[in-house]
Amino acid sequence: MAKLYSKRTLATTKMLPKRETINFILNFSKALKVVKASNMNFEIIAN
Amino acid sequence: MATIQIPDALLVKNYIAGDENALAVLIKRHQSKIYGFIYSKMPDRDVADDVFQDTFIKVIKTLKSNSYNEEGKFLPWVMRIAHNLIVDHYRKNKKMPMLRETEEFSIFSILTDTSLNAESRIITDVIEKDLQKIVQELPPDQRDVLMMRIYQDLSFNEIADLTGVSINTALGRMRYALMNLRKVIDKNQIILTN
Repeated sequence: MAKLYSKRTLATTKMLPKRETINFILNFSKALKVVKASNMNFEIIAN
Repeated sequence: MATIQIPDALLVKNYIAGDENALAVLIKRHQSKIYGFIYSKMPDRDVADDVFQDTFIKVIKTLKSNSYNEEGKFLPWVMRIAHNLIVDHYRKNKKMPMLRETEEFSIFSILTDTSLNAESRIITDVIEKDLQKIVQELPPDQRDVLMMRIYQDLSFNEIADLTGVSINTALGRMRYALMNLRKVIDKNQIILTN
């Protein structure tokens, strides 16, 4: 059988953001409330 | 069994209606593409994470304030936000570049401590004291000109005015002062270098 000289690519892992980053985004989303008053937006972040 | 994928548009609609889980699904679905895009423009994981986070903060704020108009193009919209943030990042860094130490690049190649170390400081002190002693040995008229020129940084014109002599006399006194200093230094074999 013909020998394969090409190397296996190592960069097969998908590039993904850190788990903490995702968690932060999801928590931020849960905490944020936008209240509209006439033509203004108020951002309320619940701690 | 074929899995049914809820379209992005519906997830966005659900999210706006208050379904927090819809956002998790959207992020999970597109994180690889968005993060890959950001990382391709800025190959630093920490910075890429920051931009990814800022992108979604912007997405969340827009969706929650109902300013998003759905045209069935959620991903391209997020990508455009990410792209704008990347541009912003580089624009900001152009003004204040951030350097990170790597194996090939040492931060100390551009960052040096120019202050003297303890030994050099002591030597400089000794030299200055020696020099002051020698200067005190000069004849008063020469010493005055030298002090005004070197320590007070006056021009020869000003020195001439202050001492009431012509500029040529002031220049001559400076010349003799330096010659006398050299003579004393040579005679006493004083080393005045650090």
